Amino acid sequence: MALEKITQVVGRGVYVPGDDIDTDRIIPARYLKCVTFDDLAEGMFADVRFDSKGHEMKHPLNDPRFKGASIMISNKNFGCGSSREHAPQSIYRSGFRAIIAESFAEIFFGNSITLGMPCVEASYEQISAMTAILEAAPETEITIDVTNKRVSLAGKTFEVNIKETARDALVNGRWDPLGELLEADVKISQVASSLAYMA
Amino acid sequence: MAKTLYQKVWDAHSVTKLANGQTQLLIGTHLIHEVTSPQAFGMLRDMGLKVRYPQRTFATVDHIVPTHTRVEPYEDPLADAMIKELRKNCKEFGITFFDTHSGMQGIVHMVGPEQGITQPGTTIACGDSHTATHGAFGAIAFGIGTSQVRDVLATQTMAMSPMKVRRINVNGKLKPGVYAKDVILHIIKVLGVNGGLGYAYEYGGEVFDNFNMEERMTVCNMSIEGGARCGYVNPDQKTIDYLRGRPYAPKAATFDEAAARWLSFASDADASYDDIVTIQGEDIEPSVTWGITPGQGCFIGDSIPTPESVEGGERANVELALKHMKFQGGEPIKGKAIDVAFFGSCTNGRISDFREAAKYLKGKKVKEGVRAIAVPGSQLVKAECAKEGIDKIFSEAGFEWREAGCSMCLAMNPDKLIDDELCASTSNRNFIGRQGSKTGRTVLMSPLMVAAAAVTGQISDAREVFNI
Ligand code: SF4
Repeated sequence: MALEKITQVVGRGVYVPGDDIDTDRIIPARYLKCVTFDDLAEGMFADVRFDSKGHEMKHPLNDPRFKGASIMISNKNFGCGSSREHAPQSIYRSGFRAIIAESFAEIFFGNSITLGMPCVEASYEQISAMTAILEAAPETEITIDVTNKRVSLAGKTFEVNIKETARDALVNGRWDPLGELLEADVKISQVASSLAYMA
Repeated sequence: MAKTLYQKVWDAHSVTKLANGQTQLLIGTHLIHEVTSPQAFGMLRDMGLKVRYPQRTFATVDHIVPTHTRVEPYEDPLADAMIKELRKNCKEFGITFFDTHSGMQGIVHMVGPEQGITQPGTTIACGDSHTATHGAFGAIAFGIGTSQVRDVLATQTMAMSPMKVRRINVNGKLKPGVYAKDVILHIIKVLGVNGGLGYAYEYGGEVFDNFNMEERMTVCNMSIEGGARCGYVNPDQKTIDYLRGRPYAPKAATFDEAAARWLSFASDADASYDDIVTIQGEDIEPSVTWGITPGQGCFIGDSIPTPESVEGGERANVELALKHMKFQGGEPIKGKAIDVAFFGSCTNGRISDFREAAKYLKGKKVKEGVRAIAVPGSQLVKAECAKEGIDKIFSEAGFEWREAGCSMCLAMNPDKLIDDELCASTSNRNFIGRQGSKTGRTVLMSPLMVAAAAVTGQISDAREVFNI
């Protein structure tokens, strides 16, 4: 399984402010009633983007200035709550290719990396600086250098963090581990047979 | 070298090191349900792969099942398609399915323990963040995403990085009217909703030693609400007694041998931890949430915080929470009128929860105007309640008595809040929209506190309502 080496992501950004943005907010549970991930984009942040009549509400993701953004920016503990992969899937299928936040919930983080969507950690100050630039000039292009853990925009460069195992997996094109897992078939049998409850 | 249970289980299940530095970890037990598995089976089919250990994979249906009827096809065609899809997948891949007619169906985190599938010293994964519930038995259990469900189906392994271990001691005794739910709500409040990031929580101390298995499950269940993907209690005699005789537990001839092995997984007395937190049981009061994360909680006698009382980015979080909850900072939480009482979920839908509440609900009535629903977490709990007459006590009090499932814990079945109803709930999440209405309001609390709220029609101190 040859996977793309994800060494950088370039695109415009949109800031979705707030700590603890949970997966129920990212994709409300009613959109989980599906047997494929194909139609998840429409559910992304649906309850904060649309009112009960389906009209657009004021939300950064509805703001025409940020339409076409492919990098989402947020604050602490992004993606907390449920393990639903539907959350990063809905973000990915809405055209996003990376997320920058102060921190990520663990399951969400792993799910995103497995889709090849880098999750980049930046400090509160860095995020404030980045989003101030975007607010003034929404069309600013952001470059995430995954290899060197840097984010640059408008001539400024920020040293950020990407968890090493994720960085390695992304830049070397092994972010979907299944191929490698399958290779260990013999060892899997050995470990399984060493465990009484697996026998 | 002295090791924690986490390290022992990790070592016993490590298959190999992956190129990116992660470990390929064997998952001994894989639990699946209808929401997070169909896409994984789809991927398997696309790739022409089989389930590696179908005999170590167990399925049930919980999130989408209606609880007011079991007649199929379900009114909701999407829900109906999902249960049919799971049936098809289990049949095609040879997986045991505790289906709705089995008498053993229930919320996935209840079925594992009830069947004796959940055992100490094992690894358990499920496409559900509350999988840590199984940690109550000294298993390393955690939630995974759908791509990982695919990985586990195909290889019985997944890529993982080791976690740090934080020991949380709750010493001393709990006061009357204080329950496991109050303990975990308090822990989350103290350590924060992301305090557990990167950690497995090992719960211990006198309070946990005294807890029965179901109380331990309640605490482990909500580890993820504190950011910890995994939480566990070391196995002891109670663990063994609970498992003896259960359908998937080792049979009598080999049980004692298995029990000895299980106990050997317990953390060594001199194991070292990455962090230790100590809480005094006597300091914990009945707890409730006032906001939109499980960490936004307080004791029943406390006032709701004001935005001014917190610093920096937190202030915006409090403001958003108060706006959503339609609460004012500084007001007492006690006395807030409720519209709905929900009793159930994988946090508090077990027999001991129903028994405890039934003791006090007997002869009492749900306040007029309050919609109260009681949903056993599994068919076995429902059957046991019927045997003990608990169903009657709830029904006579005015609770609707339902079929087993996740119900109003999340909005994937017909049980939902309407508009901005305020719900006193035994479940685990109070996120905006969680219970099915985006203006709906959830206040998390213990089963007895929900019973008290149902009876009085307002958020109450159960100790006063029931003279405890
Ligand atoms: S009861 Fe609630 S938390 Fe538990 S598995 Fe069901 S939906 Fe998830």
